[in-house]
Amino acid sequence: MTAAVSTEAAAARDTAGRQGRPHRRRRWTRYILPAYSWLVIAYLVFPIAVMVLYSFNKVTTGLPQISFAWNGFTTQWYRQWNAIPQLTSAFWLSVRLALASTVLATVIGTLLALALVRYRPPRFRGKGFVEQVMFLNIAAPEIVLGASLLGLFVTLNVARGFDTLLLSHVAFSIAYVAITVRARLAGFDRSLEEAAQDLGANAWVTFRKITLPLIFPGILAGALMAFALSIDDFVTSNFVSGASVPFPVWVYGATRIGIPPQVFVFGSAIFAVGILCALASIVVGRRQA
Amino acid sequence: MEQPVLADHPGLVAGRRSRPRLGRALAPYLLSLPAGLWLLVLFLVPLIVMLSLSLQSCNTATGACVMTWHWAEFGQQLSLYHSQFVTSFYFAGAATVIDLIVSFPIAYWIAFHGGRKKNFFLLMLLVPFFVSFVIRTVVWEFILSDQGIVLGTLKNAHLLPQNFHVLATGYAVVAGLAYNYLPFTALPLYVAIERIDKRVLDAAYDLYATRRQAFLKVILPLTVPGLFAAFLLTFIPALGDYVNQQILGGTNNTMIGTVIQNAFLVNLDYAGGSALSAILMAIALVGIFAYARLLGSRTIEEYL
Repeated sequence: MTAAVSTEAAAARDTAGRQGRPHRRRRWTRYILPAYSWLVIAYLVFPIAVMVLYSFNKVTTGLPQISFAWNGFTTQWYRQWNAIPQLTSAFWLSVRLALASTVLATVIGTLLALALVRYRPPRFRGKGFVEQVMFLNIAAPEIVLGASLLGLFVTLNVARGFDTLLLSHVAFSIAYVAITVRARLAGFDRSLEEAAQDLGANAWVTFRKITLPLIFPGILAGALMAFALSIDDFVTSNFVSGASVPFPVWVYGATRIGIPPQVFVFGSAIFAVGILCALASIVVGRRQA
Repeated sequence: MEQPVLADHPGLVAGRRSRPRLGRALAPYLLSLPAGLWLLVLFLVPLIVMLSLSLQSCNTATGACVMTWHWAEFGQQLSLYHSQFVTSFYFAGAATVIDLIVSFPIAYWIAFHGGRKKNFFLLMLLVPFFVSFVIRTVVWEFILSDQGIVLGTLKNAHLLPQNFHVLATGYAVVAGLAYNYLPFTALPLYVAIERIDKRVLDAAYDLYATRRQAFLKVILPLTVPGLFAAFLLTFIPALGDYVNQQILGGTNNTMIGTVIQNAFLVNLDYAGGSALSAILMAIALVGIFAYARLLGSRTIEEYL
């Protein structure tokens, strides 16, 4: 009886609106908020659109340099995408670095996430400390991370190059991967593992055939995160790269002299790949659900 | 005289088996060992090295450093560069406030009215950030250039004076910072707002609250920890940023990040650079502890 009364009252409230004004609520939630949100998204996408657009722009000056005015459509820069050797090698270095960093960071971060999700103190002594360190890694300004790493390499007299870049990239990616995977692991049902073990599987087989496939979308999300962090990283890379320069560092250096249109070509390519990966991860996530 | 059979006392049996064997007991430690080692050697140790470098004296020609317990370094660097610190605080603060104001409505909308497409909208928010940070900032320099898309058109339409410029001013830097750090604000805000139990809102309406009262007195106070977290998670990284300022700003509004970069890479003044870096880290730690103090049991990690 009371349930019926309260739902009636709720229905009456909804149609009549608060204090008899049915229009205000709809106006905000139907029109204003969504319009605002799409406006913000458009604002976020605007520079990307400009970048893609201007990668098709003709250049009228002698040097291959992006010009601010629109001179006409051309696919020249896509055909001559590797015309600048240093830029191309910087790009491939970034890709190799990101792939290596992703593999390492994903494995290490996933193991850490497994430890954090499944074990609590007193079984896992020092868990709180580990979480604090992870958080500090994420919250610290990146320049502090980069500068301190350079300080370490200088003190130890280690030559800066691909190896120091890789070490540094994995260092800042681990915490992000662990957090991403941990969030996805939270809903994992341990009884499935127990069932497998009841049926005679040992720990390794259980992990390989039951656990791993089920947590795979989470691991994929963590890997995507690590890849994006690495390929985009500028500040830390700027500090610890020596002669071998990754793509963002090269672009930053080129801002002084003039940026070639190929930079926009590469940027558009990275953007397209990123979108594809994101879509792929959504599809994989949906299939598993 | 009847000996108790173990099977009669399930507690005893369980007690025997509940102490895990050595391999099992070590599991959490083994799993977290690679990460722990990596973070120790390449995160914690560098921080200690940084502190120790601050106290050393460095030969700027060779980059060789000697430990001299030079505690005055911190004071020296602060007095030399305090205007850059102030500029950094100002720019980062302005950008963070702008981001909070801009992100709140969209985070609210996605959390409350996103429905099943929530993940899609969050992805749409993050999509622009697949492109490299440096390139995005360069494109903004492009867009805001004096004869570029925005200003050029406005000037041709005579809506702006011909000598109007945005680049090399503080406004451009703040705009760039606000753009680049928007996800750092929007995502924690979204997490905070999404956590609000909708039934609390229903209860407010049951008690005859207007929409305005419900928002101001129920929703907003519940998001305060999230607002604080979003502020910290945006302000601290923005404080150390220098790319935005270098690309969009001029020569008279440098931030502390540029100084640190120059110290390490150009001047080879590792001591000075480390001291400045340590000061920046200390500021970040103060913010984090203030959060823990003011908001008690809530940990900021929830918002990551």
